[in-house]
Amino acid sequence: MPKRKSEDSHMPMGECISQVQTLLRERLCHQQLPQRPEGVDSQHKHLLELLKRTAAHGESNSVLIIGPRGAGKTMLLRRVLAELLVEDDVQKTLLQVHLNGLLQTDDRIALKEITRQLSLENVVGDKVFGSFAENLAFLLEALKKGDRSSSRPVLFILDEFDLFAHHKNQTLLYNLLDVSQSAQTPVAVVGLTCRLDVLELLEKRVKSRFSHRQIYLLSSLTFPQYLKAVRALLQLPDPGFPDATFRRDWNHSVEALCEDKSVEDVLRRQFNSTKDLRSLHRLLMVCLSRVSVRNPAIKPVDLQDAGRLLSADAKTNVLHGLSILELCLIIAMKHLNDIYDREPFNLQMVYNEFKKFLQRKSHSMYNFDQPVVMKAFEHLQQLEVIRPVDAAASRAQREYQLVRLMLDHSQIMEALQKYPQCPTDVKQWAESSFA
Amino acid sequence: MAAALQHPGYDPERLLHVAEKMPCRVAQAGTLLSLMGEPAQYSYPSIFVYGHRSTGKSHVISTLLKELELPHATVSCVECVSVRLMFERVLLALFGPDTSSLLPRSPSLSDFVRIYQQQCHQFPANQTRYIVIEKAELLRDMDANILPVLLRLQELVVDNVTVILLSEIVWDRFRPNTGCFEPLLLHFPDYSKGELQQILSQDMHPSYSAELYSAFINILLGVFFSVCRDLRELRHLAALNFYKFCEPLKEGKVKESDTHKLWRNIEPHLKKAMQTVYLREVSSVQWEALQQTEDKESGALKGLSAHAHVELPYYSKFLLIAAYLASYNPARTDRRFFLKHHGKIKKTNFLKKHEKTSNHLLGPKPFPLDRLLAIFYSVVDSRVAPTASVFSQISSLVTLQLLTQLGHDDQLDAPKYKCGVALDFIRAISRTVNFDIVKYLYDFL
Repeated sequence: MPKRKSEDSHMPMGECISQVQTLLRERLCHQQLPQRPEGVDSQHKHLLELLKRTAAHGESNSVLIIGPRGAGKTMLLRRVLAELLVEDDVQKTLLQVHLNGLLQTDDRIALKEITRQLSLENVVGDKVFGSFAENLAFLLEALKKGDRSSSRPVLFILDEFDLFAHHKNQTLLYNLLDVSQSAQTPVAVVGLTCRLDVLELLEKRVKSRFSHRQIYLLSSLTFPQYLKAVRALLQLPDPGFPDATFRRDWNHSVEALCEDKSVEDVLRRQFNSTKDLRSLHRLLMVCLSRVSVRNPAIKPVDLQDAGRLLSADAKTNVLHGLSILELCLIIAMKHLNDIYDREPFNLQMVYNEFKKFLQRKSHSMYNFDQPVVMKAFEHLQQLEVIRPVDAAASRAQREYQLVRLMLDHSQIMEALQKYPQCPTDVKQWAESSFA
Repeated sequence: MAAALQHPGYDPERLLHVAEKMPCRVAQAGTLLSLMGEPAQYSYPSIFVYGHRSTGKSHVISTLLKELELPHATVSCVECVSVRLMFERVLLALFGPDTSSLLPRSPSLSDFVRIYQQQCHQFPANQTRYIVIEKAELLRDMDANILPVLLRLQELVVDNVTVILLSEIVWDRFRPNTGCFEPLLLHFPDYSKGELQQILSQDMHPSYSAELYSAFINILLGVFFSVCRDLRELRHLAALNFYKFCEPLKEGKVKESDTHKLWRNIEPHLKKAMQTVYLREVSSVQWEALQQTEDKESGALKGLSAHAHVELPYYSKFLLIAAYLASYNPARTDRRFFLKHHGKIKKTNFLKKHEKTSNHLLGPKPFPLDRLLAIFYSVVDSRVAPTASVFSQISSLVTLQLLTQLGHDDQLDAPKYKCGVALDFIRAISRTVNFDIVKYLYDFL
């Protein structure tokens, strides 16, 4: 129907932009599954193989997926599950239990959640169980089909696996892994964690029941691959976007964007500081939010701004909003740090240093009473720019409580540069304590 | 300027109305709005907004959400003494009143997420839901897993929800040990002097001209701007002092245009306000009462500070003085100060001091009870017997927190104390008993 196609291929601009926003936001914010995982083919194959054996052949397994935050552990797992569930018989039999260490903070809650997710609440009713193991065994027993030899495979997914290791006696882990060892019910336990030392956290009896299969997701992305990922994230799909002309224009602009020199600089800086894709999503999200009818494509300057916004030093920003008095106190602290080699100090010493500065100046523009200075000091403490050395010493008088400065010298100097209408003498004093 | 706030997803007239409500914050609102996107679109799972106190964080966000009628829940962490309160409020605001009864007695995060998911299933969202958490720094004091869960709530409940955290403190101080989902950071910069002037000038008095009020604000900022940039605090000070400023006008002494005279009239009052109202040493009612009585008393600026009037028994005063001397003088100098025939002390050696080791910089040192009593007997001018009444006065000084006892209470034989008062205070005390304490302090020799 060529006529129809030409009709809906010209939507008004506003409509197009709105479509783009909806589509790309789903990718960047909602972590929509990508078409194909980038650079993790072998891990993908390994996991798929493993889970398939549980789902199809009733083999028990346990595996840990280990990788830093934002490396794509959950994405990989979801991807594998999606592929696994394509097969009809797997979809019918496989049961999934999703647990998260952040939510299920102890074994009682976890067990309740398992019961709920296996929809066995009515089977359990108000039975009283002697032990955890008994309870779990009962749950798994209940899953068996009429034919006693074959029961449905259960997939346990433990997100934030390391947190489960902090549960009392590690009962849940012990029992799950025990079931996966003995050939009772086909069970696959998949743990996801960002702690590389997670095995050290396990008790000996738990560790010995674990299969020691570990899948590492350590990003080996190279910069060209990273650029490719950027392109893939931003490009509009060929079928699936109604307006063909707009899609072509948009994809062209994305191409042009990726080839721009300044954009490459921003991306390379991002790449060199972290390779994880989630921070890339954050960067692109800020760019995307600027796309509007008046500005219908992502321009290099948008990306530069976004890069600047995200890499801006928050502490310098906070210093920018301080009053002159508070800034003076921070400079005094900086000098104290210089003199006493980063030893902790108290308000009295800071005030003394500040007074020395005032004495050198003839005018008394900043002549404040000590209580006013104290209030400024307390404000700084509230902002956690300074921090008490130990909380136990709170019984000491406030002016003698030892604190430490939580700022770097370069941060202070940078903030001074940006400070609006900073008096020259204060600036000179910051440069050297004898100005 | 108001035209800067526009977004295709929302009614332009309404946006104009919103923009009017937030002077000098339109740029931030615009950024926020573009991050939020159209109501039906996904927004970033968590946004962390930081900036100084009263830079309009809560105001901008709540105005946006309320005026644009987006589904949202606002929770302040100060009010949430238990997590239950927080969960209850979120569910109540997002799903209506009967949902909060679904929560068990002591709910865990697991329960919260489960109920949220159920409700979500019943009422699927066609708009992004927002959860605004104010004073987010207090989340760190709650259970360790609350912050990471809130940050990735969108993923956990599988709903179009965005959590907006508001705080004064930078994000670096929030990050848990093992990391978490990183939110999108958004900074609300402080108001500049001009912006403060513009905002403060808006709440002018109806019976005076706008120019007069803005001249007053100008004077006020001149005094306070170098100390305080908190809009709320400045507004409080402006409201308290405006009547004083207008007094000469009412009496007909000065014309409105004569700003210099008005300035001369108000400046000392503002300086005094800095020492009292700003430090919260007097309440606003007290301050107003004081301003009225003061004119009759021919304006002798009396110390308002609470430190000036503490009444103690005679011996307690000397005990406190002795404690102060014991805390701030090194023990080796006691001979010089309190012995009549202290023998030979090399003057040069004695006076050799280091600024670094001055006790008035480093704070009071602990001293044993014996030393306190020895100094006490030598400074008090009459003979005192070491009776139980003296000892009970020491313990009542400890109760008043003028002295602090160190170590455990069960140490009966040799308790150690520290003096807990400031120099100004002890000087005021010693003046009442005609004792010149400065002469006895090693640091001031």
